[in-house]
Amino acid sequence: MNRATIDLWVGIFVALGLGALLFLALKAGNLTATDVGETYALQARFDNIGGLKVRAPVKSAGVVVGRVGEIRFDTETYTALVGLNIDKRYQFPRDTFATINTSGLLGEQYVGFEPGGDSEMLKPGEMVKKTQSAMVLEKLISQFMFNKAQEDEGNNKK
Amino acid sequence: MKPLELLRRLGAFVTDRLWRLGFASRFLLMTVLYSGTALRRLHLTIREIYFSGVLSLIIILVSGLFVGMVLGLQGYDTLQRYGSSEALGVLVALSLVRELGPVVAALLFASRAGSAITAEIGLMKATEQLSAMEMMAVNPIARVVAPRFWAGVVSMPLLAALFSAMGIFGGYLVGVQLIGVDAGSFWSQMQAAVDFRQDILNGVIKSVVFGAIISWIAVFEGYDCEPTAEGVSGATTRTVVTSSLAILAADFVLTAFMFRGE
Repeated sequence: MNRATIDLWVGIFVALGLGALLFLALKAGNLTATDVGETYALQARFDNIGGLKVRAPVKSAGVVVGRVGEIRFDTETYTALVGLNIDKRYQFPRDTFATINTSGLLGEQYVGFEPGGDSEMLKPGEMVKKTQSAMVLEKLISQFMFNKAQEDEGNNKK
Repeated sequence: MKPLELLRRLGAFVTDRLWRLGFASRFLLMTVLYSGTALRRLHLTIREIYFSGVLSLIIILVSGLFVGMVLGLQGYDTLQRYGSSEALGVLVALSLVRELGPVVAALLFASRAGSAITAEIGLMKATEQLSAMEMMAVNPIARVVAPRFWAGVVSMPLLAALFSAMGIFGGYLVGVQLIGVDAGSFWSQMQAAVDFRQDILNGVIKSVVFGAIISWIAVFEGYDCEPTAEGVSGATTRTVVTSSLAILAADFVLTAFMFRGE
């Protein structure tokens, strides 16, 4: 086989390989949808973050409005301090409610924003006051069992 | 066998392995140092990319398709028990991009291209072509070994990417077209879960490392083999066995570095 034919085949091979990488990046990966544009920082304190991870989405009305920037443990209050990077295009009232939700039964965890009715908006670096922790299945089950036991005790006394 | 004789043989075996490892490391260093020729006379490397990369395409593409199809079937069977068959795209893509793509493509590459490189260099040695080159003041490491080494390093990530892309297509064919998983959920959940830097780039880094390991072992075994028919066949077998084990061991180490704590 002459050199030109070999060059042609290698060219096709490299183009195919790079095309496959492009396919993986754009179609299978989230290269185009990973980052929101310019952001401002907010903070939120949670008693329990469950399985929330850095770069998890912040959603409001189901739309991604930001991402989790950092998660750390506050040694003074013994709670989790979550840094949120919110898209500059979106402003939220000061009484916005931040909850940690799970998408679907086995899906990833994200921070949900439910805007309140305050006329003042959250400023960069401010703390989201109203928060609700992640749902921990073990806690719910033990609470249910405890209530059930109390109910049965009450019925027996009657 | 007397215990003392057993101990002597064990010592000789260990010393021999260590000597070979040292020689192989020096050989790799020489290959990298003499790579100038491979880069200056690029057609040498391109020719080797043709032999190791282009000629491995069919086996990589067909294997990728079938591995993806099997993942689609097995993944659906497990996920539908938990009512989350829409997560099939995530399962197929993450399995392929993170692990199966680089590893299975590397194992196939070692069997198809690695053994061919060893046999070729071994036969050159057996027919005294390497000695003839030295006689003509042509450095065989620069002329024969370095282009084959770099061809493997370049070909491997491209083949692994093609394997993963083909596998995802296979998973789509079985999951969406055959079983009837929603196409929108398949792609959107995949895009939400697969991260470019964390998953795809790490997969590419893995395959570059695997390419270097396979090429190193293949050229070394070929260059170091006994110049007889038996020696060449033994070296070819050693290339496949050693590189397969080295890939799996390196995969564990790289995975531990890349995905720890997640």
